[in-house]
Parts: sequence; C-alpha cells; structure tokens
Amino acid sequence: MLGIIRTIWMTFLHMFHRNETVQYPDVKPYLSPRYRGRIVLTRDPGGEERCVACNLCAAACPVDCISLQKGEREGRWYPEFFQINFSRCIFCGFCEEACPTYAIQLTPDFEMSEYVRQNLVYEKEDLLISGPGKVHDYSFYNVSGLKIPGKNKGEAENEAKPVDIHALMP
Amino acid sequence: MMSIIWPILVIVVTVFGVLGVAAVSTMLERRLLGVFQDRPGPNRVGPFGLFQVIADAMKMLFKQDWIPPFADKPVFLIAPIIGFLAVLLCFGVVPITPIWSVAGNLNVGLLFIFGMLGLGVYSVVLAGWSSNNKYALLGGMRAAAQMISYEVFMGLSVMGVVMAAGSFSIRDIVDAQTNCWFIIPQFLGAVIFFLAGVAETHRLPFDFPEGENEIGAGFHTEYSGMKFGMFYLAEYAGVALSSALVTTLYLGGWHGPLLPPFLWFAIKVFLLICFYILLRAALPRPRYDQLMSFGWKVLLPLSLLNILVTGAVVLLRAGV
Repeated sequence: MLGIIRTIWMTFLHMFHRNETVQYPDVKPYLSPRYRGRIVLTRDPGGEERCVACNLCAAACPVDCISLQKGEREGRWYPEFFQINFSRCIFCGFCEEACPTYAIQLTPDFEMSEYVRQNLVYEKEDLLISGPGKVHDYSFYNVSGLKIPGKNKGEAENEAKPVDIHALMP
Repeated sequence: MMSIIWPILVIVVTVFGVLGVAAVSTMLERRLLGVFQDRPGPNRVGPFGLFQVIADAMKMLFKQDWIPPFADKPVFLIAPIIGFLAVLLCFGVVPITPIWSVAGNLNVGLLFIFGMLGLGVYSVVLAGWSSNNKYALLGGMRAAAQMISYEVFMGLSVMGVVMAAGSFSIRDIVDAQTNCWFIIPQFLGAVIFFLAGVAETHRLPFDFPEGENEIGAGFHTEYSGMKFGMFYLAEYAGVALSSALVTTLYLGGWHGPLLPPFLWFAIKVFLLICFYILLRAALPRPRYDQLMSFGWKVLLPLSLLNILVTGAVVLLRAGV
C-alpha cells in the first residue's frame, strides 16, 4: 500500500526532471571530427585527386561496397570510376585505414536518407570534395619515389638520389 | 421562447464540451505521460503539438471502417454507440455550475448515473460478443465481471454522501458541501469511489478488458476506424465523467473562494484527470484475480463499514 503511494509520488516528481530527449532535426547532436559517417574522396594540396586506384580500400571493405576501375594518365594511376554503395556500407572505417594516400576519408555526416535505393550508390563526382580533408599538407606524388612528368627519381621530399650501380665508389 | 432556447443551448454546448474535453484529454494524456517519463511527448503538429488532436481525428475518420465478415453486424455496429451514449447521458445530471446543468436537479440523479453506467457494461459485453473473436469475448467477459462488481462498491461508497446530504440529487449534494467538502468526513468513501471509478472506466492500472499482453486489445480487437474511435472517446469521456463525479460528490463541485464557479469546477476536474494519467504512468497492471479479490475482500467490507459509521453519525446528529 505504502509502496503504491510512493511509486505514484516518485512518478509525480519526474514532472520536474529534465527532458532526456534530443529534439533531433531542430537540435543537431555534436559529432566529433573523427566520427565515422559519409565517405569522401579528398584532393591533394595541388587540387589533384589523391586516389591512386590501388584497390586496397575495396580489398579491406568487409561488405564489398567499394568498386573502382584503375586508369592511367601521364604515368599516374587514377580511378576511372569509383563507386561506394552506401546501402551496403557499414561505416567501419577500414577503407580509411587501408588507404595509403589519405584519399578516402570518413566525415561527421550521417544524414544520407534517400527515397530510391539506387540513389545510395555514390559515384566519383558525388564522393570527391574540393579540399584535402583531415590531412592538409600531404601529397602522395611529392613523397613517393615514383617518376612522373616534372619530377624525376630522387627528387621527392626526403628522398636520396638513386644509387648509381655502375659507379665504383661506395 | 427563452425557456426553450436556453435548455437546448445548454444541452448542445454540454455535449460538444464533453466531446472536446474527451478529445483534448487524449492529447493531454500523451503529453503528460511524456512529462512523467522525462520526454516531451507529441509536440510536432502545431504550437506545442496542440493540433495533434485534429490530426488524430482526421486519421480516425478516414481510416477504413472494416466490419469483419464473421461479426454479428447489427450488434457490432450498435455496441460502441451504446457505450458512448451512456457516458454522454451521465453528464446530463452533473451540475457544472449553479446555472449550467442539463438536469442537475433531477431528484434521482445518482441513481440515473448508476443506471447509465450499468448500460455501459452492455456496450463492452456486446462488442466482445458480436466480434466473434476469442480475445474480444474474453475481454468482454472480464469487463462484465469487473464493471458489475465495481459498480457495487461504487454505489455503496456513495451511500455515505447520500446519507450525509439527505438527497440523491447531485445538485443538493453539492449544496450540502458549502461549508465542508465531503472528502473530509467521507475520506474512505472518496478513495473507494475513485478506485471504483478507475475500474469502471477500465483505465490503467485496471484495464483488464483490454490487457494487451494477455488478450490483444480485448473487447475492441476487431474494431477499426470511427467505431474504434467511439470506444476511445467514450473511455476518455468516462475519465472526465468519473472526475466530474468525484468533484461534485466529494470536492464541493463549483464551490471555492474568489474564482467563478465554472473555473473551480474545471480546475478540480482537470487535476483529477491529471491524477488518472499519473496513475497510468506509475502503476503496473495487477493480475485479474487480484483485482477481483481486492474488490470483494477489501473494498466491499470497507464500503459497508463506511455506510455503518456514516449512518450511526447521521442518527446521532439527528438526536434519536
């Protein structure tokens, strides 16, 4: 009997408690910069696509939602097409970890609802952003030893000149 | 001419007022339940979610009104109407203010109300029976047993008030409370009456006729559209009726200082409706046999004791 009255009283006191509800569309939740949301493809500081179409992200993806085709242009690899099927994606971030060039990155955005399922397949144009994303000063071709037009072997940052194997000197 | 128009005006306004109160209290219930559970409740439609009532009404009206082929059609149709009418008619004898009541001076007002509540049982039983559905029938049987037995305690608990006021007319009962509300001398009766009122309107925690986890939606399992809406509205009108009865019988009706009579009546009824909702938010549903044994083993002796003591006091006062 007393328990019943106490229950009613305690429930009544909840009138003066704070609301726990977050009024979502009006009040957006805080998402940290490393939140794993919508995936983007970034560009290097020079404005070129960072992706070198190595397929490591597609290999790392546990649900096989990434699909791309390698193309070649002036000695540099690039993706001819790059699709992410967000109706499959589980936002695990393995692709971001696998990427050797910081090209693929996850962003704090989760509002991607669509009425048509096909619209969840994002093409390269949808994925590419204009900036470098979370890594500002990194450009893969500036630090790699690959020879491209305008940059010979041994001219990259922190790279030693290639050893002349025909010379006698050590 | 005025003598004809005024009663009609009173009747029409009362009926629509009761409908409005029933509709708004569906909204009030959901908002208050939200508040008791630390959440806002429905607040998206219109300012403070007030238009939710309109949205719900539209949904009810335009839903498909399905009558199952296995149902007993005429009875199936008439059951919700009986329930709704019984509750509405009860409001006729509730005096809201000294000048505003359809038939508040009716000298058998309380008996009329108990008769109408008895008719209300038919609605639930017929709904359960005509649905031709096991769960609906079980709900109807539960409702019959529960409502009939709690009507006993309801009637007995009110006898104390009737003895003290010396009249069955609710108007006289309210007038007898000018100096002292009956809830003070008749506290036991008030508690029993309120509990019986909860059981009578089959509101939580006594909502056995529609106990979801046991028998689906109970007696209105097969109902849809506006016919379900009538049960729904009748339930909330029943809550308002029960609150109005407790107000008039125990809380002094329109009596109160400063504020106009209607406002006092409205405030008391509003607080009681809120208490109904608080009960729903706070208490779980007991077992069905617990409800019945609580009624017959606790409430019946208590209400008889209440009558005995009240009768003795009334006799002593009269100086026999």
